[in-house]
Amino acid sequence: MSALNELTLAEARDGLKARSFSARELTQAHVDAIAEARALNAYLVETPERALAMADASDARLAAGEGGPLEGLPLGIKDLFCTEGVATTAASRILEGFTPHYESRVSENLWRDGAVMLGKLNLDEFAMGSSNETSAYGDVISPWRRNGSDAAIVPGGSSGGSAAAVAARLCLGATATDTGGSIRQPAAFTGTVGIKPTYGRCSRWGIVAFASSLDQAGPIARTVRDSAILLGSMAGHDPRDTTSVDIAVPDFEAAVSRGVKGLTIGIPREYRVEGMPAEIQALWDRGAEWLKAAGATIREISLPHTKLALPAYYIVAPAEASSNLARYDGVRYGLRVPGKDIVSMYENTRAAGFGREVKRRIMIGTYVLSAGYYDAYYVRAQKIRTLIKRDFETAYAEGVDAILTPATPSAAFGIGEKASADPVEMYLNDVFTVTVNMAGLPGIAMPAGLDAQGLPLGLQLIGRPFDEETLFAAGQVIEEAAGVLARPKVWWA
Amino acid sequence: MSVDAQTVRRIAHLARIAVSEEEVAPLQGELNAILAFVEQLGAVDVTGVEPMTSVTPMRMKRREDAITEGDRAADIVANAPETEDGYFLVPKVVE
Amino acid sequence: MTAPVNPKKLIKGGLHDWEVVIGMEIHAQVTSRSKLFSGAATAFGAEPNAHVSLVDAAMPGMLPVINEECVAQAVRTGLGLKARINLRSVFDRKNYFYPDLPQGYQISQYKDPIVGEGEVLVDLPEGESITVGIERLHLEQDAGKSLHDQSPTQSFVDLNRSGVALMEIVSRPDLRSSEEARAYVTKLRTILRYLGTCDGDMEKGNLRADVNVSVRRPGEPLGTRCEIKNVNSIRFIGQAIETEARRQIAILEDGGRIGQETRLFDPGKGETRSMRSKEEAHDYRYFPDPDLLPLEFDQAFVDGLAAGLPELPDAKKARFVSDFGLSPYDAGVLVAERASADYYEAVAKGRDGKLAANWVINELFGRLNKEGKGIEETPVSAAQLGAIVDLIVEGTISGKIAKDLFEIVWSEGGDPRAVVEERGMKQVTDTGAIEAAVDAIIAGNPDKVAQAKEKPTLLGWFVGQTMKATGGKANPAAVNALLKAKLGIE
Ligand SMILES: [Mg+2]
Ligand SMILES: [Zn+2]
Repeated sequence: MSALNELTLAEARDGLKARSFSARELTQAHVDAIAEARALNAYLVETPERALAMADASDARLAAGEGGPLEGLPLGIKDLFCTEGVATTAASRILEGFTPHYESRVSENLWRDGAVMLGKLNLDEFAMGSSNETSAYGDVISPWRRNGSDAAIVPGGSSGGSAAAVAARLCLGATATDTGGSIRQPAAFTGTVGIKPTYGRCSRWGIVAFASSLDQAGPIARTVRDSAILLGSMAGHDPRDTTSVDIAVPDFEAAVSRGVKGLTIGIPREYRVEGMPAEIQALWDRGAEWLKAAGATIREISLPHTKLALPAYYIVAPAEASSNLARYDGVRYGLRVPGKDIVSMYENTRAAGFGREVKRRIMIGTYVLSAGYYDAYYVRAQKIRTLIKRDFETAYAEGVDAILTPATPSAAFGIGEKASADPVEMYLNDVFTVTVNMAGLPGIAMPAGLDAQGLPLGLQLIGRPFDEETLFAAGQVIEEAAGVLARPKVWWA
Repeated sequence: MSVDAQTVRRIAHLARIAVSEEEVAPLQGELNAILAFVEQLGAVDVTGVEPMTSVTPMRMKRREDAITEGDRAADIVANAPETEDGYFLVPKVVE
Repeated sequence: MTAPVNPKKLIKGGLHDWEVVIGMEIHAQVTSRSKLFSGAATAFGAEPNAHVSLVDAAMPGMLPVINEECVAQAVRTGLGLKARINLRSVFDRKNYFYPDLPQGYQISQYKDPIVGEGEVLVDLPEGESITVGIERLHLEQDAGKSLHDQSPTQSFVDLNRSGVALMEIVSRPDLRSSEEARAYVTKLRTILRYLGTCDGDMEKGNLRADVNVSVRRPGEPLGTRCEIKNVNSIRFIGQAIETEARRQIAILEDGGRIGQETRLFDPGKGETRSMRSKEEAHDYRYFPDPDLLPLEFDQAFVDGLAAGLPELPDAKKARFVSDFGLSPYDAGVLVAERASADYYEAVAKGRDGKLAANWVINELFGRLNKEGKGIEETPVSAAQLGAIVDLIVEGTISGKIAKDLFEIVWSEGGDPRAVVEERGMKQVTDTGAIEAAVDAIIAGNPDKVAQAKEKPTLLGWFVGQTMKATGGKANPAAVNALLKAKLGIE
């Protein structure tokens, strides 16, 4: 039998049920793997004692024939989720020393279902970034390397720690969040599966806010099935989040094997962007072929406002962030840098506590909301959001069940490769994912192949509101068609 | 639209982020790059389009008027940089 | 405003007469058990940070959930102000940094408030009344409290108030004197208390006013206004306006100009001064709170609340005038507090309304005032006072005895009828006994009897003597009649 941390989440679950191994053994395998993989800088905090104690409790429940749907399964938690008694930093210095006295609703759901917490995963500071290079606690290194190169590669972001940890077998699955592509882009970069559910499917309560109208939690896992199992636990109505939706959580795992026969899959022509690498186009075409072969109808569609999504996002998200991050003021928690008076205390604290990208976004957000600019920027961007959403509604009204697109415009890049002075170059990473957040829709990214240099490439499926089931069904078809892909060679241990 | 150095300083102050003189020029460049990128939105005809208020159409749920929280002052101030007698302490504010 | 200028309301400057123009923003704390967006208690006087939830302290990842009762209270208040209720309103964030503002923004309503235009009818002392326009009412969060005198270098922050629901009620600039302004706040407070939507306790800061004051020469366009923040008593509102108007007049008559600014009234020094902390130009960057959906309800919700509203002071006053024959002034006094009006109605029910009003206003209110007590603390119940009135009307006791009886009931309690019985306070109507007393007095004062024929006013002296002799119990009408007959006065 291979090492226990090599199993998929579904396999591990079934093995525990069959008592083939214990939760403690499974957890210990992950604890050991994490200890050997510090070079990846995926975990900000490791909680091995807590993990083993939780595993023992799981073993007791399993022995008693009890056990929840995730009983004994070790997971990593993105450090944007507040965890009771465990430091939560959002990868920012400004939250230095902060230990929540509460548990985020999503992580609480996971513990309720029996999952085991391995620790807190690195991310871009306040989830602002697409490469995990903005963390105050250092870059996350992807377990992947280009063929014949030992140059460090980014895992994507902002859920770079989650994606890297899942890809490197440092957990069976991880929580993540997605505001503009932060689940799907790192999943695509690391050959993992990530789903951003419909806005309102998961509670935002206890997740450090970036942009409230766009933020959604979701899982990153190694298979479509694993992601379906995890989302089933994470999702659910929460009366403490007014934007969470009071509808039943379907049996996502059951949807995985549904197939795509009879479904209509849209191929939006506007995603065929200028300068798209040939291998991305080929991957996309291949994906459409796979779905067609499995019985779906492929139809070209138009989402005319697509190219406006990214610029509109860079107004809406920073605007909300500038306000959401005002609470980090050195008064009630986190970092405080003294000053000659209260104003300079604020200014010094926030100057020292926030990194460059976060400051940049706060400042852009402050600017677009400020007197005289609000209508020209913010209101206009929210109108464009309406247009973007309408595009999707039209496509769905015309009988499209899901939309297939590339997940990213390229494979992962090297650490430091996009550190140019123009932040927009980095922002373009999210060009295919951000539309989904702007429209509040569900989107899944799953691996579909490797590029010429041996790095993973992913496809994205976009669904109707609250129809994650179709995404799991179609995602499974792509996963199976793509076959067993190469996986990162262990160079870090 | 683009921002000048003075605007960068004003925005930084509004956002309560200390910015040194050396930081102003690079920030100005970065902010202008972003503003140039979003400029294309200005060309879109948005007449008659409602700005989005909620991406998922639903009625806002309400709470009943019950006391369900509180009496945890120790937790509330537990993470504070400076406290005394259950209060948060800040540099003196002059009104 | 096109209303004619009332010369009596002008302020005399050194050079000209000036008209003062006042508009107010009243912050009224909504009566509710828990806060606007959290389940922490609103009760006053707790230990620091005891009534604070994770939401109120703006812990990372916390989200607001609206309190349905606060929404209902705002709608009730809107109905009480005869205002337009907006079936859809929006919560916005008002962004600024302050240590008692944990989120770094106040959740408020900016463009789309829950309540639109309305009006308040304000009675002035000389029987005059004015209608003050209400521009809007919106819901918003209160801030915490900073204590500045605990340490020379630090301020202490308590978030117990943070997130408590406030109604900000914005008037039009329809007020023209400090007296009108005071009357307006008094009336608004009365309405809120009737509705039960705000207790109006100004000492606790549950009702406070931002007063916008400007002056102009009559007929000229509006002058530049200054906002006097957070004035927390009706008396101070009057003083602040007077002080500020005179300050502005002095500047203008000196050829100066008024700069729009925020000021603070210092009652100790009797002056307003510029608020340094608010001096900086604000840019609040309002935008709709993305954590909250628009607040929507249907007309049926409003109608349901309207059906449950109590009778409001204006209606009650009109009814007291028509049903009990009261003067508008007396009716106004009685309806100023709902508890007083209820008390009065209990006394007046089935009795002479005017007599009841006299007793409630003159005797009871007078006595309560003297002791600094509110109607809730009255030791004389409406039933007791009603019994006293009954005893007068039956002729069992005289008005004068009734006052003694009131005193006894006030300090010792008891059933007034039983007290009269036990203490022999019954009025003597037996003419025989009165006649004996009268005869004795006439016999003892022959000189006065002789004078009385020429000087009929002496009758009063004889009445007094008779009452004294009978211990005040003689029926005054009988005494009068007998004396007149025996002294031969017409
Ligand atoms: Mg105001
Ligand atoms: Zn206000």
